[in-house]
Amino acid sequence: MNSDIVLSITNATKRFGPVLALNDISLQARRGEVLALLGDNGAGKSTLIKCISGVHQIDEGQITIDGIATSIRSPVDARAAGIETVYQDLALFDNLTPAQNFYAGREIAGPSWLPLGLRFLNSRRMEAETARVLDRLKVILPSKEATVALMSGGQRQAVAVARASVFARKVVILDEPTAALGLREARKVLDLVAQLRAEGNAVILITHNMEHVTELASRAIVLRQGRKVGEIIPSKTNQQELVSMIVGA
Amino acid sequence: MTSTEEIKPAKAARNRESTGALSLWLNLLSVGPIAILVVLFVLLSLASPHFLTPRNLSNILAQTAVIAIVAMGQHLVILTRGIDLSVGSNLALATVTGALVYQATGSTILTILTMLASGAAVGAINGMVYVFGRLPHPFVITLATLSIAKGTALELADGRAIPGMPDAIRFLGGGAVLGIPASFFVVAGVALLLIVMARTMVWGRWIYAVGGRPEAAVRMGIPTRAVLISTYVIAGLCAGIGAVLLAGRTDAGSPLFGNLLELDTIAAVIIGGASFLGGRGHIGHALIGAVMIGVIRNALNLLNVDIFFQLIAIGIVIVLAVEADVLRTYLEGRVRTLRAARLQ
Ligand SMILES: Nc1ncnc2c1ncn2[C@@H]1O[C@H](COP(=O)(O)OP(=O)(O)OP(=O)(O)O)[C@@H](O)[C@H]1O
Ligand SMILES: [Mg+2]
Repeated sequence: MNSDIVLSITNATKRFGPVLALNDISLQARRGEVLALLGDNGAGKSTLIKCISGVHQIDEGQITIDGIATSIRSPVDARAAGIETVYQDLALFDNLTPAQNFYAGREIAGPSWLPLGLRFLNSRRMEAETARVLDRLKVILPSKEATVALMSGGQRQAVAVARASVFARKVVILDEPTAALGLREARKVLDLVAQLRAEGNAVILITHNMEHVTELASRAIVLRQGRKVGEIIPSKTNQQELVSMIVGA
Repeated sequence: MTSTEEIKPAKAARNRESTGALSLWLNLLSVGPIAILVVLFVLLSLASPHFLTPRNLSNILAQTAVIAIVAMGQHLVILTRGIDLSVGSNLALATVTGALVYQATGSTILTILTMLASGAAVGAINGMVYVFGRLPHPFVITLATLSIAKGTALELADGRAIPGMPDAIRFLGGGAVLGIPASFFVVAGVALLLIVMARTMVWGRWIYAVGGRPEAAVRMGIPTRAVLISTYVIAGLCAGIGAVLLAGRTDAGSPLFGNLLELDTIAAVIIGGASFLGGRGHIGHALIGAVMIGVIRNALNLLNVDIFFQLIAIGIVIVLAVEADVLRTYLEGRVRTLRAARLQ
């Protein structure tokens, strides 16, 4: 059981000036499960995942990955550690194609004796690999050569999730991935999340949608004002309990 | 995307047609600059018998060369959502330092290297102050270096032109091979190099990423700061190359060179069809725009339209080009909404 723990956070604290955004948070994410991260606005959810994905750094506490204490100082560190993040704003480049988006910042290029920036792009390999992943995830796009500027909200979301899935080796974090989507497009994204889990990733899912929590998550952690106020196994019967934990009533 | 639910499925069939129409408009916009250039050529050769002569065309090429070189650098900066207002003064300073070094040493190589280094140095200052000074926009720093470089050039040259350039530089700026201006080959060489870098190298991809979405570039681990600085250094270097051509053509260095070159180059990039919104366009846009400005200037000269009106005409063309860019963004938004509606 313990060997399933991929990511473990112990006693994490994060301050923004006088604001205590995270107060002594501990959590564990396990291989092949979806962990829901719940909480009201300003509870500290985004701050917590940004500390995991390297956008912020925790002030106190420890992050271990596969049992090894790891310091994550930048997004590059996080990605190198096998942690992929689908940000709430998607962090897609509108002016680039899906393949170019997939490999932005980690292009397949050579020859390796040249400085990174001067290497020549291997576009064919990046396109083929992207097409393969999109097929595997059953994502249908109007055209693989078109820039993502011309894609619908769900297609863009799918591209962002698929991008994370290419590189995710351990942990995938999704910050409100269905917030802006219609029913069908949301369903598609939820299927992708389930697939990421099936592939053995530890998935951390931030959402305000209780239906999605009960459907996908095997555990739910609730934050309130930077503190962890509960951890339960969500089911159809305890939704009410979850909601009152979130709002603190 | 929030409005997608408002569109009824009954309209789906019509949506399909209008996406086609919108795409057609988008394609038209993308070939617009070249089409306009062709139309200009036809109209002008009808309007003036002197326009479509080998001599005049070679003239246009020579006059366009400096704008074209500097516009390519400007284009890279605009790709990253920036702007370089200092290119004109930068060029002037480079011609002056080059002329002084030539006076002092008589060395062709040193003169050329000085001009290139002077250009690149001003560019490096622009880029570093912008990035490390955490400025919200490069407008202010390049406005400052516009003034500083101009002042330095005037001071160094005592406010006057410094005559005398080595033969090789005079050839690059004013010579010709088989009737084709030598400066044309310089432009072609630089263009080729920049196209290879921007299209096939990782660095080029990073420029487009940084221009498309700066915050995302940081999160994706792209060395955003280095990328930004590199574009200003290259823009400065291009001003330095422009300095070699202009000093060669005029056989002098002068603090008064490069007046309004920022206008011409920014105009060239925008008129050529690159986007002010960042991350869109290619070197070809800068070149087409530069030729268009060269042609407009040349034609207005042939038709005896005075210089004041030329400025007005170019200003109007800039407004039209920027509006075309806004229209393109709007059309893309419509296409996206309709596509989303069709999926619901
Ligand atoms: N960069 C920052 N600087 C200062 N304060 C911040 C910063 N980021 C977050 N905070 C503060 O930290 C607290 C937690 O914010 P956070 O964005 O993590 O909440 P959240 O749970 O993601 O809320 P939401 O559901 O609204 O996205 C808030 O009080 C917020 O104002
Ligand atoms: Mg948040």
